Amino acid sequence: MRLGKSARVTLAIVTGFILLIVYVPLFVVLVNSFSTSTSLTWPPPGFTLEWWVKAFQSQGAMAAVLTSVQIAIVATLISIALGTLLSLALQRFDFFGRSVVNLLVILPIALPGIITGIALNNFFRTIMGVPLSIWTVVIAHATFCIVTVFNNAIARLRRMGINLEEASADLGAGVWTTFRLVTFPQLRSALLAGSLLAFALSFDEIIVTTFTAGAGVTTLPIFILNNMFRPNQAPIVSVIAVVMVLVSIIPIYLAQRLSGSEQTRR
Amino acid sequence: MMHKTRAGRATAGAALAIGAIAILAGCGTSGGSAAPSEEAETVGDMEGQVSILAWPGYVEDGSNDPEVDWVSGFEEETGCEVTSKTYGTSDEAVNLMKTGEYDVVAASGDATLRLIASGDVAPVNTELIPSYAGIYDFLKEQAWNSVDGQSYGVPHGYGANLLLYSTDVFAEAPTSWDVVFDKASENSGKVTAYDSPIYIADAAVYLMAHQPDLGIENPYALDETQFQAAVDLLKEQRQHIGEYWSDYLKEIQAFETGDSVVGTTWQVIQNVLAGEGAATDVVLPEEGATGWSDTWMIASEAKNPNCAYAWLDWIASPEVNAQATAYFGEAPSSDAACEFRDDCEAYHAGDEDYASQIWYWTTPIAECVDGRTDVECVDYSKWTAAWSEIRG
Amino acid sequence: MTDTIHLAPPTRAVPIPAATPRRRISAWLSTHPRARLALLLSAPLFWLGVVYIVALVLLLVTAFWTVDSFTGEIVTDWTFDNIITVVTGSLYQTVTLRTVGIALAVTVIDVAIALPVAFYMAKVATPRVQRLLVIAVLMPLWASYLVKAYAWRSVLSQEGILEWLLAPLGLSTPGYGLTATVITLSYLWLPYVILPIYAGLERVPDSLLEASADLGGRSWKTIQHIVLPLAMPAIIAGTIFSFSLTLGDYITVNIVGGTTQMLGNLVYTNVGAANNLPLAAAIALIPIVIIFGYLALVRRTGALDNL
Repeated sequence: MRLGKSARVTLAIVTGFILLIVYVPLFVVLVNSFSTSTSLTWPPPGFTLEWWVKAFQSQGAMAAVLTSVQIAIVATLISIALGTLLSLALQRFDFFGRSVVNLLVILPIALPGIITGIALNNFFRTIMGVPLSIWTVVIAHATFCIVTVFNNAIARLRRMGINLEEASADLGAGVWTTFRLVTFPQLRSALLAGSLLAFALSFDEIIVTTFTAGAGVTTLPIFILNNMFRPNQAPIVSVIAVVMVLVSIIPIYLAQRLSGSEQTRR
Repeated sequence: MMHKTRAGRATAGAALAIGAIAILAGCGTSGGSAAPSEEAETVGDMEGQVSILAWPGYVEDGSNDPEVDWVSGFEEETGCEVTSKTYGTSDEAVNLMKTGEYDVVAASGDATLRLIASGDVAPVNTELIPSYAGIYDFLKEQAWNSVDGQSYGVPHGYGANLLLYSTDVFAEAPTSWDVVFDKASENSGKVTAYDSPIYIADAAVYLMAHQPDLGIENPYALDETQFQAAVDLLKEQRQHIGEYWSDYLKEIQAFETGDSVVGTTWQVIQNVLAGEGAATDVVLPEEGATGWSDTWMIASEAKNPNCAYAWLDWIASPEVNAQATAYFGEAPSSDAACEFRDDCEAYHAGDEDYASQIWYWTTPIAECVDGRTDVECVDYSKWTAAWSEIRG
Repeated sequence: MTDTIHLAPPTRAVPIPAATPRRRISAWLSTHPRARLALLLSAPLFWLGVVYIVALVLLLVTAFWTVDSFTGEIVTDWTFDNIITVVTGSLYQTVTLRTVGIALAVTVIDVAIALPVAFYMAKVATPRVQRLLVIAVLMPLWASYLVKAYAWRSVLSQEGILEWLLAPLGLSTPGYGLTATVITLSYLWLPYVILPIYAGLERVPDSLLEASADLGGRSWKTIQHIVLPLAMPAIIAGTIFSFSLTLGDYITVNIVGGTTQMLGNLVYTNVGAANNLPLAAAIALIPIVIIFGYLALVRRTGALDNL
């Protein structure tokens, strides 16, 4: 867009300034991970690598990360399946109650987490009599992750149009074959972008998780919550946060490449 | 070209849902009876696993700090594999025990009676626990861990809620709780208090000394008038509170940065602050204080009762008890444990005098715990409702 | 000479596919759109309906019950007591107003910050810078929510960075309280607000902007009359996030809020400390009603497609 030079520069400066502020707390976290103080006070009295060493030795932390990854992967897979089905249904068909279904999909993420959490907790434990476990967490996460996949998929389907699918059908391909060979390849990158966001949502989720996690299930956020209570463990939490942020560059970059390659020219 | 269908999908789905809900709602959500269970006669074979519910830091297996581990030894010796869950407040503990998923629970005094009343924990046959004999007498068979002489668990340790103050602000150590009550305005905005309904008892302790005509004998046995006086005192205090705390880190941070300068605390918090070189100190004020003594209890529907008994014995044994209580920052439960710790003095271990100034957390019930029968005392559910009102 | 007319040599004939059961099902499905729809919708609707809606409705039904204060068991006698308490109690009215106020403040701040950033990202930055910016905006999402909240606690404390920055100007940090809560929540939800707005702004075709410029519209007017209306659904989608995330939050306010209480805290206390699920469910009705109201309000704008 043609904007005056001064407007461009102002916008750039404003954006840069805002991003700077966004990273100040993260910078504080980074510095705290090297701090000799066991509570998160600023400025740090001294510097040490002790916490970094301890963090990587901490079995609890590693197990928590693994649990979170496992839950996130399964929840994402489920939400991909359900999200794709829903997006196909809502985009390709027009039926009575369509907007209600649309609302239904959004509800788990539109309603505050604590409500979803206590509702599911009540449902699993009291009504169904099912003990809480890693699977109840997976079910809870999948439920609110559906919408991220759904939105990406439906946006892509809208852009795709149905011409190719119709052509495929005209040429004699069955319903499943059309989906497999025509629709899915075009949807793939949108699904991937949606699933990355779903993964991130599930990975960092704390409120619903505390209400639906069973006795032995410790996800990373639960681990962090437990360890923030302990004076001697808090800096380890800072280390974990820094590592997570750094590691996240990879999937985010990948997601960008994928959706970027589909971008229409400016 | 869209496919137009007139499926009454939404309405059909809704009807189905309503029908299902009606059926399920009819089932009701109440479950579980409060059947009192018998205590075990003997300890049988170990079942191979045990599930424990406790405060963070009570069941350490080296996964958080390889050097802090008293679970692995237990697992080796008994073959009972330990899975543990931590909770943040006593109320959480009470709720979690209702799920029936845990064999053992470490409960503070404000949870134990509720667990006993709801039948979620069973009486404990202390003769089956060798380590029980060595435990301090003033911890055994107290109001919060026994009913009619029947013991419901093994004491773990004890600590008091002390007064923490900044030595920069207070040149001399305060001697009374009035610095957080009547004189709180002198440090308005920098006073802190414990964020739990049980804190109302601390106000009651204060009133016991400063408004004796209210006739409060036990801070957990408050009738309507006494309760209202305590609530009013707390609402007055609220205006000067900077923040309430329920986790260590919050209070430690606040005192280190000067956001808080005086308030209720635990010994362990002062130890950490001292370790950080902060200018703070603690004192047990002249009015006395509330405190807590945690009890290890066994679930009434425990799936692994034998391993549970084994754990109770293990955690009460001197060396393990010393390790566990030192890590958390409380006094141990026996003299023998002091031989494995060098900070027993700081925690006033075995000091019965110190211990008697402490009003241990216990759940207030309608039947006054101080023995009065002419009035009804305010029960915990009203304490909780009042606490929300106090918080505003 | 009229020879037989030769058509072009026939291409290889497409063999008629064998009528396997699979093809037969597929063929049947092709001509029965309703069946296809049913197949598509059955699994997800079953999931959402059974897992989520039933759970939600059952929770709300609990609001009409009470709890026996001695045993802690729920008594399934129908009563409006809890609802009445929640609607008329001064505590709940105060906390509701406070929470809604915070949510509004957070939303306004986030949208105000997100708009220039998203606009720059979508329309002004070069593709390479754009990619970098998206990464820069998304990365903080991966630092745990709890860690970020505690970091803000450190920033806002009496000896924190903010005090250090403001002291030379004669100001000081707001400390822990309502302001701190608004600041921290705005910070936490910012990426969730930037993303939909960015996506929405990206969808505004450049051609429209060029056309507007060609017709003589200055930058600001173009933004006002073309960009904003087209991006409004996306902006509203962003507000749904910040609004709903704030209405239910209880962790951040515990960390930086000082003595402040929000609706989330009341619900949490009643589920946990008070073991009064019916009252908690009744309190939970407040944010549910508010959000449903907001969703109904914005449905027209098509914002729901932009989440």
